[in-house]
Amino acid sequence: MQKLQDIDVRIEAAVDQSVQHGNAIPLLHEILHALRRLGETEEPTTIDLRSIPFGPGDEEQLLDALDRGEVTVKLETLGASEIYETAFAGVWIVEHKNTEGERIALQIEITRVPEILFTQVADLTDSISRLENRLRAPDVGAPAEQSYQWEKA
Amino acid sequence: MADSKTETKTLGESLRQQGVSRRGFLKFCTATASMMALPPTMVPAIAAALEKARRPSVIWLSFQECTGCTESLTRAHAPTIENLIFDHISLDYHHTLQAAAGEGAEAAREAAMHENHGKYLVVVDGSIPLKDPGFSTIAGISNLDMLKETVAGAAAVIAVGSCAAFGGLPHANPNPTGAVSVSEIIKDKPVVNVSGCPPIPTVITGVLAHFLTFGGLPELDDLGRPKVFYGQSIHDRCYRRPFYDKGLFAETFDDEGARKGWCLYRMGCKGPMTYNACATTKWNQGTSWPVESGHGCLGCSEPDFWDGGGFYNAISIPDGDIARNIGLGAVAGVAVGAAAGMLNRNARADAVARHETVTVDDLEKTS
Repeated sequence: MQKLQDIDVRIEAAVDQSVQHGNAIPLLHEILHALRRLGETEEPTTIDLRSIPFGPGDEEQLLDALDRGEVTVKLETLGASEIYETAFAGVWIVEHKNTEGERIALQIEITRVPEILFTQVADLTDSISRLENRLRAPDVGAPAEQSYQWEKA
Repeated sequence: MADSKTETKTLGESLRQQGVSRRGFLKFCTATASMMALPPTMVPAIAAALEKARRPSVIWLSFQECTGCTESLTRAHAPTIENLIFDHISLDYHHTLQAAAGEGAEAAREAAMHENHGKYLVVVDGSIPLKDPGFSTIAGISNLDMLKETVAGAAAVIAVGSCAAFGGLPHANPNPTGAVSVSEIIKDKPVVNVSGCPPIPTVITGVLAHFLTFGGLPELDDLGRPKVFYGQSIHDRCYRRPFYDKGLFAETFDDEGARKGWCLYRMGCKGPMTYNACATTKWNQGTSWPVESGHGCLGCSEPDFWDGGGFYNAISIPDGDIARNIGLGAVAGVAVGAAAGMLNRNARADAVARHETVTVDDLEKTS
């Protein structure tokens, strides 16, 4: 069945770039305040962009203003996620997509490292267990079977 | 269909079994928090609760409806979150989606009610005809009888769509079937109204996710709608609001104002009196929403929106010059927005009172 993204969309009139909806600037101020808090008290902040009433071009204007920095990480779990630090150290863009490649969350994290990048305790426990089993097995080169045991965390 | 598997597995166990890591689960919880319009700081609490959440039984009843609500939910797209939630709930009866029909299907509904007495959720789309039960029946059972019988042992009822929430199109004047909403019949169980024609799919799943996560229902407004999604007016969350505040309005669909994306108030936009999450959640994978595509809000999540006096005509514009009446918007935007909402409500009430019905005979006389 044809999906929405397969439908050819023809834009008859270009978006008027001179029209500004003004939602990016207040957010940049909010990010600045959050950065100051992070610097002074280590308190992280997360801004969920889903709850912001963006107009056409607002998101692009915000992301353009933040630009991209030195770090980009790709996460592959329940679909792809891209996490990158913006040109402003400590300001991260976290975009989660589902297995269909559709965005399910877009957040700005003002923190040293986004929480989701840390190895989770439960996954660490599971890794130890799997590697131990691998080393005990006669065929060490065989692929390991993954089974997650969160309750050990 | 209902079986003893219901409630045996937690959501955490289900996801682990599907090979999802703890990090993946955190991603799931982040997206779920976003979907429920909860602050990101609640993700750890959501993770703790969702991991232990057990599989609830859901019975979905469709009465006088167009299936648009089910279409909204199932056809919109296939995001992981909705899939996981729907994989995790036990949808034990939904006569539009299920293969079974007649006595076999009704037996499944009765089994789910019996096995999960006091714990299951009932989702209703469509209004209930009271004038003559024969207007809408399922397996020979009237909508009224089926609703009462099914809800008797339920934990709560979710009225999905404006028909179930407020009567909707079937309830529109002259309401030939005597259609009423769920809450006009059910008085002894919690009823959540998820209004909209249709409702935003993520709002439907957001309410289900809230039940899964917290084991209860979200805080409701005075019309029984979850405040997290219906707490603010379209007008107050609209990205075109600054144009309203400046008095810049589109007058037609192809004038300079329309091309520049100015406020659609004068073209009948019902944003000031409509409470919904369209302006932030948007539609079609967050692509756009009616106002962003250049069309005013129809007010579909409000009671009796069909009888409001027309989607495009002067019903939304108070008598007199709008610039004079509300031109101080730039000074006191929110307060004036509320005032405009009141003007609209009054104008709509007048329109309803003035509404003249047209019969087939009238049409024949004028043709």
